[in-house]
Amino acid sequence: MSAPAIAVDEVTVHYGQVLALDRAALTLETGRICGLIGMNGSGKSTLFKTIMGLLEPDQGRVLINGASTTSARRSGILGYVPQSEDVDWDFPLSVREVVTMGRYGHMGPLRIRRKTDREAVDRALERVELTEYADRQIGQLSGGQKKRAFVARGIAQGATILLLDEPFAGVDKRTEATITRLLRELAEDGATVLVSTHDLHALPDLADEAILLMRRVLLHGDPQEVLRPENLALAFGLDVMNSGDGA
Amino acid sequence: MSAIQLVLEPLGYDFMLRALATTLIASIVCAVLSCWLVLIGWSLMGDAVSHAVLPGVVLAYVLGAPFALGAVVFGFLAVGLIGAVRDTSRIKEDAAIGIVFTSLFALGLVLISVTPSHTDLNHIIFGNLLGVSWSELLQVAILGAITLTVLVAKNRDFTLFAFDPTHAHALGLNPKLLGATLLGLLALTSVVALQAVGVVLVVAMLIIPGATAYLLTDRFQRMLFIAPAISIACAVAGLYSSYYLDTASGGMVVLSQGAIFALVYLFSPRHGLIGRRLSARRRRRDLIGADAGA
Repeated sequence: MSAPAIAVDEVTVHYGQVLALDRAALTLETGRICGLIGMNGSGKSTLFKTIMGLLEPDQGRVLINGASTTSARRSGILGYVPQSEDVDWDFPLSVREVVTMGRYGHMGPLRIRRKTDREAVDRALERVELTEYADRQIGQLSGGQKKRAFVARGIAQGATILLLDEPFAGVDKRTEATITRLLRELAEDGATVLVSTHDLHALPDLADEAILLMRRVLLHGDPQEVLRPENLALAFGLDVMNSGDGA
Repeated sequence: MSAIQLVLEPLGYDFMLRALATTLIASIVCAVLSCWLVLIGWSLMGDAVSHAVLPGVVLAYVLGAPFALGAVVFGFLAVGLIGAVRDTSRIKEDAAIGIVFTSLFALGLVLISVTPSHTDLNHIIFGNLLGVSWSELLQVAILGAITLTVLVAKNRDFTLFAFDPTHAHALGLNPKLLGATLLGLLALTSVVALQAVGVVLVVAMLIIPGATAYLLTDRFQRMLFIAPAISIACAVAGLYSSYYLDTASGGMVVLSQGAIFALVYLFSPRHGLIGRRLSARRRRRDLIGADAGA
């Protein structure tokens, strides 16, 4: 039996005195899409950072395909789509240049593009349907296209595990459906996807499973199950039950 | 006097040749580095490091060590102290930068005042382009070549670091090391440029060319050519005008950069204040013209 794509084993992280993750534990099998839900400050970003090896846990460990996060990064299998507000959209780079950055791990130290790199970038752009926008400056894309550009970066990289931080924040329903379809296709091809989201309505369409996070994993299971009002109340308090419309 | 004579006359003097070579090297290296500094948001850091190297340079002079060594040591010391003050107290980063670099700069001034033969060292503060010796020019050329080689070779990695350090980490690169390398190159560049314009004005050469190029293009790789091209033009224009107007050479170089920035800020077709509106109006007129023709 192969090791799970992501295994978070009793991970505890502190920021100074503040406890950000408290013995958080989860496993995610290959090819699954998992929605990560929780309030602001519930530790979603901390969990992402720990999985990417940006934060060293105080206790516990993270294994990617059964190996350390360091070896996962070296082999380039960790792809990541940042939150919109973390990106400098005025940065003078074209879509193609951003996607090409995904190939750096495959290039020599001078990062000179070879034919295989160009082809991988072209294929990735085609896959997310951004070929005709390849030469635009990244800030000149719509909200959904911006997300797809970063997904393409992960595809060009050859990432088999994709981490997406709030990809649906500030995008319309149609765009959300397009991104959801893309992620489902990638999962069918064997990619493992972990998505943090505030959009509870769309969760069952998107995810195979869902995690309710509140510094520790409160619940991990079928999205419908996790979205039951009494379960959401555990993570969000009683507001959700009363307002009835989720996030 | 013909135009050719105007150009050639100053070059008849050795000191002008050395001044021109020094300014050109400093202009190119500073301009290339400035492209990353303005995009990362390290302009203030550039200001800080370029000032904070002063005590390092003075101590190196006293001890007979290479200026570059003293500069790099104090450059990193400044960055370390800024980080320490910011992270371990309630002081915000801009204040931390202001405290650390002015204190180190003051230390440099005091060291100069107690060091015999201060004429040489005072040149470090305001630059003494016309008094650059052959050995100083050689040092500038070597440091400039080293810095430029590293910048060009690691161009793509530095750009990735500037754009998305988390992704650099995810690819197995070391963003901390890339950042530290850039800061080290910043310290070396400060040594190169202070020969030309002095410590006080180095920061202009480390910010203005990159900022100007940023207003002219949406492609980073083009910025890397536009910035030094502008910087070279300003170096030549500044030096010649200082020769004929008999004004401070370092000051004239930076003044030309400021003037070019002002022009680009106003008239850049894509990102200029007035240029943007003119392009929009032209597009509208074309559109109406096309409608009328149809």
